[in-house]
Amino acid sequence: MAIKNKIQELRKKREEIQMGGGEKAIEKQVSMGKMTARDRIRTLLDEDSFQEYDMFVEHDVRDFDMGKKVLAGDGVIIGTGTIFGKPVCIFAQDFTVAGGSLGAMHSRKIVKIMEHALKMKMPLIGINDSGGARIQEGVNSLAGYGEIFFRNTISSGVIPQISVILGPCAGGAVYSPALTDFVFVVENISKMFITGPEVIKTVLGEEISMEDLGGAKVHSEITGNAHFYARSEKECFEQIKKLMTFIPRSNEHKVPAIEPKPPKTSYAIEDIVPDDPKLPYDVRDVIKSIVDDSDFFEIQEYWAANMVIGFGRMGGKTCGFVCNQPLVLAGVLDVDSSDKAARFIRYCDAFNIPIVTLVDLPGYLPGIDQEHAGVIRHGAKVLYAYSEATVPKLTVILRKAYGGGYIAMGSRHLRADFVFAWPTAEIAVMGPEGAANIIFRKEIMEAANPEEMRQQKVKEYKEKFANPYVAASRGYIDTVIEPSETRKILLHALEVATEKSVSLPYKKHGIPPF
Amino acid sequence: MNQSKEDTISQLKALNIRGEIYHTRLTRKFENRKKWIKPNEKQLLSYIPGTVCQIFVKSGDKVDRQTRLLILEAMKMQNIIYSPVAGEIKNICVKEGEKIKKGVVMIEFK
Repeated sequence: MAIKNKIQELRKKREEIQMGGGEKAIEKQVSMGKMTARDRIRTLLDEDSFQEYDMFVEHDVRDFDMGKKVLAGDGVIIGTGTIFGKPVCIFAQDFTVAGGSLGAMHSRKIVKIMEHALKMKMPLIGINDSGGARIQEGVNSLAGYGEIFFRNTISSGVIPQISVILGPCAGGAVYSPALTDFVFVVENISKMFITGPEVIKTVLGEEISMEDLGGAKVHSEITGNAHFYARSEKECFEQIKKLMTFIPRSNEHKVPAIEPKPPKTSYAIEDIVPDDPKLPYDVRDVIKSIVDDSDFFEIQEYWAANMVIGFGRMGGKTCGFVCNQPLVLAGVLDVDSSDKAARFIRYCDAFNIPIVTLVDLPGYLPGIDQEHAGVIRHGAKVLYAYSEATVPKLTVILRKAYGGGYIAMGSRHLRADFVFAWPTAEIAVMGPEGAANIIFRKEIMEAANPEEMRQQKVKEYKEKFANPYVAASRGYIDTVIEPSETRKILLHALEVATEKSVSLPYKKHGIPPF
Repeated sequence: MNQSKEDTISQLKALNIRGEIYHTRLTRKFENRKKWIKPNEKQLLSYIPGTVCQIFVKSGDKVDRQTRLLILEAMKMQNIIYSPVAGEIKNICVKEGEKIKKGVVMIEFK
């Protein structure tokens, strides 16, 4: 055969495989409002940057007539490419090929690209769109999942791992995304659950739709399994690209700094926070008045909205923001908001991203449901995460910092490097009402007019203790600053903390209150 | 720009935390949280949905802690349900072969 013919043959083979499950299956995929796996990779990566591997891999199953079935690439596409010029490893399950089901070779391909990512220190992006285990391959399929979970775990905190759920992701398959750093979901397309509606109906007699059980909204608002919610695949890919600009390629790299930009002038920091500590405001407005270009990239926007987390830049460099949100549930710490903050703090610490904490909270949420849901164990995660983090930790107390909430939110006592407070800060064991009722119980009870006495005592307590100066007199906060000085002082603190180095006692690993 | 300013106080909810009333939004999850009900020690509830296969006792029987009461088949497993208390059975609320949901009263004690 002449070399020309051989090249022709290669081209033909490639073309066939690139058709995935064939025209009909592609039509069906598109009719469900979904992009094909190849289109997804093309849309996400820089133009012409994708290099595919293992295109010619085939399964070798002979049982159940599988020998007659040709599955293009065994239902998954793997390769490397770039996003904004930075290298990434990627795999995309192809639903048009046997429903994207996971067989032995399919999983071996995923494992190959995961190992490249870990070895060559670059982010891994996994696009999930699969009916689940390939039943015909039995335990080999299960083994494949196990190998993937193991590598997800070993890679955790070494390279960024991103999961994109663009179709069903059910049963054991959900555990790979759950082990990764960030999970992206899309309205009407993403479906994640351990057991689907049919099993629930048979076992429990309860009827529920896939969307209500494990759709994008459920995981973005109720469960907290997802981090980013998009209305279309295109929007989802834009979100992923934006995230990539904030994170480093591995834990041995720093995020490349970009040209610093001042915040937009429309966010007037002094007008955002009301003086009355019982009135709400949107803490994201404060963040936007501090960060470069007022560009704040929020994570888990809809879940546990009483805590705001996300990335912003200070002087061109990525910072992680952990902030109470007085607008929602008065900004309390509870089971969900504790989990949300703690995990993000550990993410930032793993990838050398400084943490900026903005504090305004009345404490922990009281309630039987909270206590029974284990708020002790969940709340402890925040303490653990802050204490263990060795990246620069900067804290600004905007207003309330009461009780356990004061300690938990990046306090000096958990080794924040710098703690600043606005003059509006109230650092105390609890709010003036509660404190006065306890401390002056006797005086109030014995007074001729108890209500009047109570009001007077609340006022006294407020004047004496509801301020930042008691904490400042003990050195628990480093200085009281004007709100308008916040950005300048944070930039300075970040600058001086650049070379921070802390060594912790030797341990194999800690035992966080998971 | 400032979202909280768009919320008039009347649209916000009051949240009492240690005597302080905060004006804030509530989450759907918070509003839908389950009210806690004190468990009734005189009632034995099904802890899993399933089928009652066999009942070993009848009303009026005296039972000890750990007396076998019935078998509840669930998740392909025959679960033996033992008495959580010592006492007398007042009423058996399920029948053999009956499919029941989670949290159903199976047996009442005196």
